[in-house]
Amino acid sequence: MRSFAAVIALVLVAGLQAASQDPAAPPPPQQPSEVAVVISGDPGTPPRYAVPDFVSLTPDAGDAARTVAQVLWDDLAFERELYLIPRDTYATVPVARSPDQVPFTAWRELGADAVVFGTVARNAGTLRIQVRLFNVRTRESVFSKEYTGADTNPRLYAHTISDEVHQQQRALRGVARTKLAYSSDRNRERIVGSVENRDVKEIYMSDYDGANVRRITTSRQLNLTPVWAPDARAIAYTSYRRGYPDLFIALIYQGVQQEPTTAGTQNWLPMFSPDGTRIVFTSSREGNPELYIMNRDGSGLRRLTNHPAIDTTPTWSPTGTQIAFTSDRAGQPQIYIIGADGLNLRRLTTAESYADRPTWSPAPFNEIAFAARTGPGYDVKIYDLATGMTRQITFGEGSNESPAYSPNGRHLAFASTRTGRTQIFTIGRDGRGLRQVTRDGNNYTPAWSN
Amino acid sequence: MVKLMTTPFMFPRISRTGLIVLCLVLAACARRQPPVAQPAPPPAAPAPVTAAPPPPRPPERVEEAVPVPAGPLREDTIAGVSLDDLNRNSPFKPVLFTLDSADLDDAGRAVASANAGLLRKYATWVITVEGHCDERGTAEYNLALGERRAVAVRTYLVSLGIAPDRIRTVSYGREFPFDPGHDERAWAQTRRAHFVITSK
Repeated sequence: MRSFAAVIALVLVAGLQAASQDPAAPPPPQQPSEVAVVISGDPGTPPRYAVPDFVSLTPDAGDAARTVAQVLWDDLAFERELYLIPRDTYATVPVARSPDQVPFTAWRELGADAVVFGTVARNAGTLRIQVRLFNVRTRESVFSKEYTGADTNPRLYAHTISDEVHQQQRALRGVARTKLAYSSDRNRERIVGSVENRDVKEIYMSDYDGANVRRITTSRQLNLTPVWAPDARAIAYTSYRRGYPDLFIALIYQGVQQEPTTAGTQNWLPMFSPDGTRIVFTSSREGNPELYIMNRDGSGLRRLTNHPAIDTTPTWSPTGTQIAFTSDRAGQPQIYIIGADGLNLRRLTTAESYADRPTWSPAPFNEIAFAARTGPGYDVKIYDLATGMTRQITFGEGSNESPAYSPNGRHLAFASTRTGRTQIFTIGRDGRGLRQVTRDGNNYTPAWSN
Repeated sequence: MVKLMTTPFMFPRISRTGLIVLCLVLAACARRQPPVAQPAPPPAAPAPVTAAPPPPRPPERVEEAVPVPAGPLREDTIAGVSLDDLNRNSPFKPVLFTLDSADLDDAGRAVASANAGLLRKYATWVITVEGHCDERGTAEYNLALGERRAVAVRTYLVSLGIAPDRIRTVSYGREFPFDPGHDERAWAQTRRAHFVITSK
């Protein structure tokens, strides 16, 4: 097996080759330095990838071998940079048991430009997974890695491989290892209290594809609007565990809960600054819903807005210098932007009857997604800050609310009633590639981790 | 209070049997009397029927009325009910709102005034005014709108003289619809300031 160092050496060789290319030759489709590593498709089409089952090297690794291949296929398909050949069409291709058996001719006949070959060994609670990515045309291995760790979650190996392949092949930060957090009534508990028939909502998290669901809160109360800290190790949320809405921070890998706000004040809809040091949120502590900024530990409280109307639902710009939020100071809820210093207020949406939940895209995109009333319900729209143009990415299938960007800015999670109950979906920022994430109970207000 | 019970005066028409009974009773009474020295009685003369001696007083009955705790006044029936039962069948009516609005209309002010009357009558009650919104607003904005609805009702109650520290507010946004339907009738029921008694 070719070592990782050899792959790097290959990149260097490719760079030298590119430098000495005949200037009259047609330009390569990718950056010259990656010509030998990056697998291309036919001109104008994305490369076609095949991901057959990994080979099980130990008797009890069969399930993991299938899981890793299936999840890797899904992960690689998610970014829509590559074309993934459906796995149920591989029957005609002979199964390779080792890298030197990969049947390149048969894969080429199936139209593959790239094929993954991987092995899985399971030993004493440990998985050892080797994977290679072959260029079917050149029969060269362009990616070769070995991973080992616990055997409890084979999906994580697939997610890791996918992110590394996207990085190497497309210079793209994949999201396969990111998480979603949301509020859900799936445990069907009722709040104990004077008024009957009130459903508990708790905070849950899962992988970006909905697998590996973990419950974060257990307060048997209303727990709403989770958001991730930039380090993806903490979730801030709104909880009614004190009988009124207040902010809490769950350090999810330490089992620690923090309460950053002053006791007795009503606070909701937190959002971490991009550097994780500050939180902007809505509070009625001075009698009217206004925006406040505080340090993550509750110190340094500062009021950001001051208007008798409602100011709520804040989100940070990627640089941390501006806040987009919702205000009904013009009558109906609309999206505004204000500097984090409280200056330079301006209204963003003018053509909507009702707009809420602005969410600012990460770079390199420069846009704000929001939910707009489009009839009886809502649709997700995106305001392009460079052009001032608004485009729509959902179209009246149920009500579509609470958009949240993926960390690479290419996708949005949102809550939709299109299948009946309210569920979390993900969709590309171009409105394509819809995927359903949750199916249990009702699920609301997603947040996407780094 | 002690009552003295008396036997009705016995009148002359008395049967022979009755006379015998009367004599036996008299004899029995005589036997019960402590022996005291007295002159020998004169020879018995046939007792004239009309001159029968009055019957002895029967024993006095000693009775005392048992005091009964005062029954609740009619309008106080709700005071004895537990908080949960009270809130389940609340004496407070909800203040209803129109879509996207946190303003009290005439009907809303009338309901709030009636509720203020209850708060004056039960001066120890502390209430929470919950602001609720229908599902047509977004989850996020509705948290603020519900807050505005609750605060609008609280402000009105305070203007009617109710002490501010007796009225807490909380917004539940659109989280707890009062009518699970998806039509205007259901939404109108859910857009409310809902009164909950939190202590008595």
